[in-house]
Amino acid sequence: MAKSITQEFTKGLWNEIPPFRLVLGLCPTLAVTKTVENAIGMGVAVIFVLVGSNVLVAMLRKIIPSKVRIACFIIVVATFVTVVELLMQAYTYPLFLKLGIFIPLIVVNCIPLGRAEAFAYKNGIIPSFADGLGLGIGYAMSLTVLAAIREIFGSGTFYGNQVFGPSFQPFNFMVEAPGAFVCLGLMLCVMNFIGKK
Amino acid sequence: MGDYVLLAISCILINNILLMQYLGNCPFLGTSKKMETAVGMAMAVIFVLVLAGAITWMTEMFILRKFGLEYLRTMSFILVIAALVQFVEMFLKKSIPALYAGLGIFLPLITTNCAVLGVCLINIKEEYTFIECLVSSFSYSSGFGLALILFAGVRERILLARVPKPLQDTSIGLVTAGLLSLAFFAFKGMA
Repeated sequence: MAKSITQEFTKGLWNEIPPFRLVLGLCPTLAVTKTVENAIGMGVAVIFVLVGSNVLVAMLRKIIPSKVRIACFIIVVATFVTVVELLMQAYTYPLFLKLGIFIPLIVVNCIPLGRAEAFAYKNGIIPSFADGLGLGIGYAMSLTVLAAIREIFGSGTFYGNQVFGPSFQPFNFMVEAPGAFVCLGLMLCVMNFIGKK
Repeated sequence: MGDYVLLAISCILINNILLMQYLGNCPFLGTSKKMETAVGMAMAVIFVLVLAGAITWMTEMFILRKFGLEYLRTMSFILVIAALVQFVEMFLKKSIPALYAGLGIFLPLITTNCAVLGVCLINIKEEYTFIECLVSSFSYSSGFGLALILFAGVRERILLARVPKPLQDTSIGLVTAGLLSLAFFAFKGMA
């Protein structure tokens, strides 16, 4: 392994930042970014699942037979998602209600499964931990940025606090479904433009 | 009967799974570059989702609720769906090879399609009866197919247009999806 642990960690923050570079996990990216609060909650849940499943898959990688590995990965990911679901239900109930079915849907949000297959199954525990943490934080960051843009323009608030004066007319398009698609598309365009240079 | 028609219309148009509920977007962007793949994916989703909707409903009612195991819902549903997809694949390969040739490569992708798990969870959350559950599974998946095929048609045209470099591919795809979603948004007035 030529790459250092720090490299494994930092690649998730820009080079392989999930929703943009890998185009994975788009559904929650679009659905939970109406407000910054939801986005951060979702981001933390994904970080937990990703780190947990990466570490566990790396630990079990010598035992899991390669023929049934996908099924094993799904069970590992589903276990961590259930843990997050129960924890959120117990400690952050309002957030749990707002995120709704998107918490169980982390199972089929391709990022944890994709990382288990592409990285954790081939690497040791510590690199897998770094990889999961880096990509998880990258994912949470992109959710937060997208949510900030949508919340500021769509409802004139940031994390629930007013940003503009009372004369501001909210740009409703941004918080509805079409705005989510257009906004993500344009962000991807900006990322491509910066990446080209 | 009227209720079922209303439910179907609301699932296909007003609450369209792709454009209004944001589920199943990865295959939406991934398989919409060509009309043929879009049609194949749409058919495979309709086929699997109706079966999965029925079976997960039964799992919920007869196993999870009976033994008070609701907290295992996520895990059992994903396993049921994965097993079902595998089973459908083997069954089609053996007995209906023509259909298998059409749907074959799309079937494994469906396990991780969040539209399938999403609709199964919505069915349970809305407390649908068995018939309502069948109707909603079928109409949600038809809505998925409708949006996917419309989008593939638009996307084939985009290939011919000159798109600025940074906007190419996924980026312009998302903007197009946004415009399509705006069109579906108009159905909200019907509700």
